[in-house]
Amino acid sequence: MGMSQKYLFYLGCAIPYRVSSYEVSARKVLEKLGVELVEMPEFNCCGLPLEPLSHELMLILSARNLAVAEQTGLNILTLCPGCFSTLRKTGKTLKENKALKEEINRHLKESGLEFKGGIEVKHISQVLVEDIGLDKIKKAIVKPLRNLKLAGHSGCHLSRPKKYIGFEDPENPRVLKMLISVTGAKPVEYLGETECCGSTIAALDDKVSLSLVREKLLHVKEAGADALITICPACHMMYEANQIRAEKMFGEKYGIPVLHYTQLLGLAMGMQPGELGFDELRVKPTKILEKI
Amino acid sequence: MAEESISISSKIDPKFRYEVIRMPGGEKLLQCFQCGTCTSDCPVARFSDKYRPRKIIRMAQLGLREKVLSSDFLWLCASCFTCTDRCPQGVEVASVIRVLKNMAAAEGRIPEVFKVLLSNLIKTGYIYEIPESRIKKRESLGLPPLPKVNIEGLNKSLQGMSIESFLKGVSEKGREAKLWV
Repeated sequence: MGMSQKYLFYLGCAIPYRVSSYEVSARKVLEKLGVELVEMPEFNCCGLPLEPLSHELMLILSARNLAVAEQTGLNILTLCPGCFSTLRKTGKTLKENKALKEEINRHLKESGLEFKGGIEVKHISQVLVEDIGLDKIKKAIVKPLRNLKLAGHSGCHLSRPKKYIGFEDPENPRVLKMLISVTGAKPVEYLGETECCGSTIAALDDKVSLSLVREKLLHVKEAGADALITICPACHMMYEANQIRAEKMFGEKYGIPVLHYTQLLGLAMGMQPGELGFDELRVKPTKILEKI
Repeated sequence: MAEESISISSKIDPKFRYEVIRMPGGEKLLQCFQCGTCTSDCPVARFSDKYRPRKIIRMAQLGLREKVLSSDFLWLCASCFTCTDRCPQGVEVASVIRVLKNMAAAEGRIPEVFKVLLSNLIKTGYIYEIPESRIKKRESLGLPPLPKVNIEGLNKSLQGMSIESFLKGVSEKGREAKLWV
């Protein structure tokens, strides 16, 4: 302890494509909490979005990233639960299955890489709770957000399938609630807290995916929350950027601001909205900012 | 009803289920006793009138190969893994459905969006074509440049993965297809 924590930062595809507000705010708060992020020396997609085509293709893509990471000797930190679960699942699967590991390594060898299984993959929420610790975060809070009531949405891939992940309970998620509480805000219970955002099928059936968005936002509204807090770029994209599309499709008005947890934490740590990517939000969180 | 069952019975492939259980993730297909927990807890099934995981599993058990692999509902699984976590028989329902998607994909039955993602991947390393404006904006946001991608190494690792056959028929226009709506 006392040493600065150092991780290899695995960014994924969704964040640089559309969700830089998450990256901006995460880098800011992690730096202030004494976490050092090292950039990936080489990168490719984690493989999750292409697993429907081929399981083996997914394994090769994620094993490449793990093999690159192993060369640095650092554990991976991800902001995206999709990347987190995919890299973690691949690491576990290959460590448990020698024949499969050899087969995947035959592919990796073509570009001078080898997966050995020497590093861990952690999601930012896990790093915050397990490695940094709530006590240290609490000490960094200079502006407790006591007037806010917030609904948390952890996202499926942070905890499912549970046999591969196992750090959060998918049926009764607690991590994000603890993280909301430490900012001084009050986490609220709401119906369907563990329901999926539908992002993975957004391009295939927008009626179904936007119905899931609608349902979530209505439940959050009913619970009287000031905002919805996410820790996944894909969930954020569905509830935030697509909120207006859902409003159009169903002829309703939700008006629920959706913040990345790192934006919320940044506010509580005394940072300004402008430093935390608030300009990128489409549902303007004016009311929240007035309340704090 | 009777007519349908006759037409289906002529299309049963009795070996299909054994093909599925040999694939990673499909192993426990035969343990499903059709309780329906998967469908009743499925977020997609609540809003879709065609996606029913229990039925997909039954079709696979019965050997309705053509019917299940040619369906469009197969691709509506959102991979949330709620069904997998809650199945009382330990069937990895979402993984069985993924196995079926992989089998359909191997036969060239692939929704356009996945072809677009794959063609982006082999060109950029990312599944999206990240616009130049976004890359430039990173600098003004104080973000470091994107990690470098070893395209050549990536493509070498993917040799033998039938990338070209997956991409068959991908339209250049499709590259602009809505990905995140």
